Parts: sequence; C-alpha cells; structure tokens
Amino acid sequence: MAIIKHSQVVEDPWTTVTAVDDPLPSNDQPVIVSLARWQADRAALIARRSPLGLRLSSAESPAVVADDLAYFELFALEFPAFTDGRAYSHARLLRERYGYSGEIRAVGHVLRDQLIFMRRCGFDAFEVPRSGDAAAALAQFQAALSEIDVWYQTAPDAQTPVFARRQHMSEAFLNGTAG
Amino acid sequence: MSLQVVTANRLRDGRVIYLDAADGWSTDVAAARLCEDEAAATAALAIAAAAVAARRVVEPYLIAVERADGAVSPTRYRPVRYREVIRAFGPSIAAGTAAKET
Amino acid sequence: MYRYDEFDQRLVDQRVAQFRDQVARRLSGELTEDEFKPLRLMNGLYLQLHAYMLRVAIPYGTLSSRQLHQLAHIARRYDRGFAHFTTRQNIQYNWPRLEDTPDILAELASVEMHAIQTSGNCIRNTTADQYAGVAADEVEDPRIHAEVIRQWSTLHPEFSFLPRKFKIAVTGAQHDRAAIRVHDIGLVIRRDANANVGFEVVVGGGLGRTPMVGKTIREFLPKQYLLSYLEAILRVYNQLGRRDNKYKARVKILVHETGVEEFTEMVETEWRHIRDGAIDLPAEEVARIRAYFAAPDYQTLSAAPPEYTAKLAADPTFADWVRTNIAAHKVPGYAIVNISLKPIGGIPGDATADQMDAIADLAALYSDREIRVTHEQNLVLPYVRQTDLYLLWQELRRQGLATANLNLISDIIACPGLDYCALANARSIPVAQQISERFADLKRQHDIGELRLKISGCINACGHHHVGNIGILGVDRRGEEYYQITLGGTPDEQAAIGTIVGPAFASDQVVDAVETIVDTYVGQRQDGELFIDTYRRIGNAPFKESLYGNH
Ligand code: SF4
Repeated sequence: MAIIKHSQVVEDPWTTVTAVDDPLPSNDQPVIVSLARWQADRAALIARRSPLGLRLSSAESPAVVADDLAYFELFALEFPAFTDGRAYSHARLLRERYGYSGEIRAVGHVLRDQLIFMRRCGFDAFEVPRSGDAAAALAQFQAALSEIDVWYQTAPDAQTPVFARRQHMSEAFLNGTAG
Repeated sequence: MSLQVVTANRLRDGRVIYLDAADGWSTDVAAARLCEDEAAATAALAIAAAAVAARRVVEPYLIAVERADGAVSPTRYRPVRYREVIRAFGPSIAAGTAAKET
Repeated sequence: MYRYDEFDQRLVDQRVAQFRDQVARRLSGELTEDEFKPLRLMNGLYLQLHAYMLRVAIPYGTLSSRQLHQLAHIARRYDRGFAHFTTRQNIQYNWPRLEDTPDILAELASVEMHAIQTSGNCIRNTTADQYAGVAADEVEDPRIHAEVIRQWSTLHPEFSFLPRKFKIAVTGAQHDRAAIRVHDIGLVIRRDANANVGFEVVVGGGLGRTPMVGKTIREFLPKQYLLSYLEAILRVYNQLGRRDNKYKARVKILVHETGVEEFTEMVETEWRHIRDGAIDLPAEEVARIRAYFAAPDYQTLSAAPPEYTAKLAADPTFADWVRTNIAAHKVPGYAIVNISLKPIGGIPGDATADQMDAIADLAALYSDREIRVTHEQNLVLPYVRQTDLYLLWQELRRQGLATANLNLISDIIACPGLDYCALANARSIPVAQQISERFADLKRQHDIGELRLKISGCINACGHHHVGNIGILGVDRRGEEYYQITLGGTPDEQAAIGTIVGPAFASDQVVDAVETIVDTYVGQRQDGELFIDTYRRIGNAPFKESLYGNH
C-alpha cells in the first residue's frame, strides 16, 4: 500500500495495531490503534511520547471520541467495501462538527473513482494500492481529482459551491467588475 | 445431467451470446456448444472465464437446454427456462411498432 | 423551465468526459467488470436481459420540445427507434451499445440532459406532480424545489454510497399525483397558519418487498431550510441504515425498526447542528431558480369559448377524449392535455421516435414548447388553449396518441418485466396488452370508471402494483409465470397498500380474474362509487368469493 498525502506519495511512518493484546511499537514510534484498543488502554496510550492515531471501522462514529480528539494526530477511517459510504459522513463530522484539523486517512477499499468524493468530505490522505511507481500513482490520483470541478454542495474542502460562485458572479457584474 | 450451454453478454454492445464449438461466440443459440456432462460444462466455463479476462464477454453462466422439435423453435435446442427463451429469441412482444389508431 | 447556466453545463460536460474515460479504461482492461459496474450504474447504464439499457433522467418530468426531439434522435441513431417512459419520470433505451454510451451522454448534455444517478445507491431523479405550475389546487410550483434538490443531490460527496437507492418526490397540490407517500422522502408544499410556505416532510414510504406508506416526521418545515433538513435525514440514514441485508436497507426499514418518534428525534438533533450553517441556498439563488419557472405569457381568454363547446357537442369521440384526458387548468381558456401512451393492446409507456418528434412539434405549436412526463407513464402538454384542442386532438389521433383512457382500466402502469428486465420473474407487458384488449370497448371502460391497474414483473414493484386499485405481481412458480392479485391500493394522499386477494393465477387465467373483479365491482357499486370506494366499503370478501368461491 502507498499513502498519498497532500498530493504526494509519502513514506508511511505509522504502525497500525488493532487487536487489544498485540504489542505496541516502541515508545517513540507513531502508532494507529483501533477504538477497542483505545478504550482498553487509554491511559497507557496517552502516556506514550509518540504521535497517536485512531482507526475507526465504518460502524464506529467519531462521535464516541468527540471529547478526546486532542489526543489524535490522525484518524484512519475504513472503507470495508467501496459501497459502504459511512466514512464520508464520519469525515465530515470530524471536520465540520468537531473541528478536527489533523490527518484523515481513507483506508481499505479506496478506489480511484471515489477519491474525489473523499477529498470533498475532508479526507486528506489516501491508502491506495501500490501499482507502478510513485509518479504513476500520483498522476492517476491527480487525474481522478481533476475530473470534476463544479460542485453544488457545501463541504469541508476548499471548493466553492456553485450557488456561491453564481452569487459572486452576479455581484461582480453589478459592481461592474465582471471581466 | 441435463444438456447445457454457456451464455454471456458481449462486452462492447451487451448482446446475448453463446459459446460455440470453435471457442468463439455466437448470437445464435443454435450454434452453441453442447455440454453433455459436468466435465464439458467445466471446460466450457473455463473458456468463458478466459473470454472475460480478454474483455470479450461479461457475466458468463450455464443454462439448461432441451431438444426442441422444429415446429416449436427455429433451432435444434432451446433453453429450458422461459427467461432464457426470451434472452435467446428476443422480447415476446412486438416492440417499437407504432401504436394503433384508436 | 430551467435552463443550464455555465456551471450546470460544465458539470454535465465534465461528467461525460469522465464516463468516456471510464468506458475506455473498461475496454482497455484497466477496469474489471466488478470495478466498472458501479461507475456505469451511476451513469444509468445497466446490463439487462438482451443488452445494455440506458436510463436517462427527466428531472421532475419536465421536457422541452428540443429535448424530446433529441430523445427521438437518440432512439433512432443509437437504438431501435423507440424508448420507454418509466414510473420515475425517466426514459429508458433498451439496446444501446457500451461503446456508444459516451456519445449518447454527450448528445444529452448538448440539450441540458444527463443520466447521472439514475441508478446506484444514491439520490435518484427527483420526481414531481406533472401538473406543476398549472394545477388549480397548488400552493407553489414544486419544480422550483425539485430543481434545488436536483442540484444539491447531483454528485453529493457524502451521499453517493448510501445503504440503498433513495427517491424523493415533491408536490405542491392538495391532490397527490406524484405518489409522494410511497417515496423515501415525500414533500408536500403547504402553508402554515401565518400563510408562510413550507413543507410537510414524509419519510419512509416505499414499495418493493416490504411496502410501506411514509410517515410524516415534520408537519411544517419553513422552506428556506429544505436542504439542511434533507441533509439531516440523509446523514442519519447514511450512518444508521442497514447495510447487512439489501432487502432491509431502505430508509423505510430504518424508520420502522427505530420507530418514527426516535427517528424523528435523531433527524431533528442532527438538523439543529447544521440548520444555520452554509448548506441552505441563499434567497437570491432560490429566486434565480424560481424565475425560470415563471408562467408563460397567458392570453386573456374566456373559459369554454363557443367554437370549442360547439366541437364538443358535434363530435362525441372528441368529447370522450376531453372528458377523460383533459384536466382543469388554473387559467381560464386553457387546458392540461394528457397524452395517453396506453393505446389499446400497446406497450404501456413506449413511444416511437416518430411519436416523440410529433409530440415535440405539437408542444411547440400548442404548449409553449413544454412537455411533462407522468409517473403513470403518460405525457402531458400543460399549456394548451381550449380553442386549439380540436386541432391538437386530430393530430394526436393521426399518431395513435389520442386514446381516451386516462385513469381508466386500460391506462395500465406496467414495468418492462421479463421481456427486458434481468430481475423479472414473469412478463408484465403481455398481461397489460391482454387486459387492455379485453376492455378495449371505451364505452365499457367509461362505464367502469376510474380504476388504477398496475403490473410489476417482480417484487421490486417498479410497476407500483402495491398501490394499484388492482395490482398484479408476476411470480415464478416452478418455472411457470403466475400472477398474484392485490386489491385496494392507492398512490395518492390516502395512500394505501393493496391486500392480496388469494392464490396466484396462471397466465391464461389472469385476464379472466381481472374481469371477474371488475364485474363484481360493477354488481356491487352504489351510485357514483368508484372502484376504490366500493372496495373500501365492501372489502376483499366479495371479490374473493367471486374469484375462488366455487373452488
Ligand atoms: S418490477 Fe421487477 S421485473 Fe419489473 S422492472 Fe422492476 S425489477 Fe424488473
């Protein structure tokens, strides 16, 4: 698997530990844990000196850790199948409701043709199958994200929804600044 | 076991097709390769799987056929299930004709 | 009607390019069928029994003459010269080639149309009352809000992979012609005590394996909150709707299993978080959309002008057609014309390319270039002057489009069934044709009166059989086509799901069974009673008795 983050293929410094009794990496290694592990091992995990990430299955809402967000530098939200769209809502909740600004990573069945929706919902890192070299993976990624640049909805990414662009245009027109 | 043939849809245009004796595909059920036993059916499905991989066909599967006498069907064999009869010979209704004057 | 601006156009153009690339990747082998299938479905492309099938969206059932001409052109150039109007106000082509579909989508985009989200587990084409803007009993034109919903739901980043498909219908009238109570969300435009306009929000209706009438979760939603409220409903559903069993994945099951009070509470809680955020459209944008739905320039005409009433008196065939197929218009001197796509013995909802062209031309001449598609699979010309009706009728007759049977027993809704559909258990169309032939005599049909007969080829209920006064469901009994009959369903504001009358009938018995049911009604009815009224008064028993009594 390769990680694409901020439009770059990056080395993944994180180790993921999901089972409740699997050993954790050494104290200075960043680790992603499951919700069960977090709930079982909260104090010990907080005591570590390295960055902490939380992996949520699509059935686990970030609402359950809404008060603990400050502990996490990363959320890994699972797509167990591309048809399971719950993580789209979860990413938006993290960004819009809970004001979370760290990394939100899409993991699992992350398909090229869904990246564009994921990014709109607040994902900024993507675990994609390692196919070919990094440059090819990146080219694919960028092609996928550039296919559509007109959006009607408000979402947590930087795109301006169409209704706002229309308003902007008519204001510019009224002010005589339209090109 | 019953007689079977492999059917699928052609990728490019979606048409109903049947695996024939020469490992090719025909739109005519009369040209289909007859599988008389389990081994023949398995072999035919393997050829179909290769055709899927080669992007010629999609969704291949086996259907049961039976000997039809000429009066019932234009072919020697016809599918057993009614669904497959319709797939083989087209809709049972005269579609696309202008509606009647009333 | 609505016209695309540069943004709307750019989106559908980009979507065509995206799909062209996806088809190329499929044909080159970069995508497997499993990977490609959801992509083609999101563009309305199915693989059916005989070939691919392309379903094109007709948002809220409104078409211009130019668009209908283009649909005819596509039928001729890429298909077999005809197409099928569906119960979701869409149109389907039965024989397109995969290789051609990007070009077909480009042809659609050139007339501001698309096939986006006509399949898949996403928000589907939003439907509306076909008499929108011209019905006398209307609070406000539902198309304004349906267009707002169309834009909001198009490529919604959060709601494109829902547990299951999601259908929204809107009406602004008292009398529900859009079957809103059997949709995932039904919206009824209402006024509150202070005459403010808003929506009654109905959730969790639907047909299929578990038919249910929707529940009102909010009596009155101020209209400026439409999108944030919809977003709240969808967000609750996206997170909590069942994904373990596709037959339990629709929102109706979630509403049913959680209970309507608790479901409502979850929606309201979610909505409180987002209601004053940036989801709802600014008033200027709603006004911009509203302006497109301004009424045409009506002339000041007198109602029932003498040349029209003279024709009515002189030509009883014309008078019959007017009696059934013309609805009252809100403007004096105008009429709403229903064009029946149910000729006796014909295929319900099918139209040839020539008929589409003819209707598009007639709409240009007589109806401000506008056509509506109904969920009953008929077409409507919404702005016809009464003085033009006679000429229009003669033209329609020439095209085989003047059958005077609207809402009568031969105005049958039928899904494509086993003649086309890969999911079917039995054929629908031949049954519809035989029933139509049996009751061919229009005089008899008029005597029977309003009677909604609906046929589905499987439990998915695309033919809305559950809400037919007489509903017919095709079932497979050890390889044989059988038909189960339900009675007493209705799709309107008194929505009800029909009750199974008894064991299913073989295909050669089903038409007789329908006739027995009709005869039983005629024998039992009291003065002026419609079939549904009689049924509600006497119940299933007398019908059961006459159908099965001597067995
Ligand atoms: S009701 Fe069934 S047979 Fe009819 S169109 Fe729908 S899925 Fe096909």
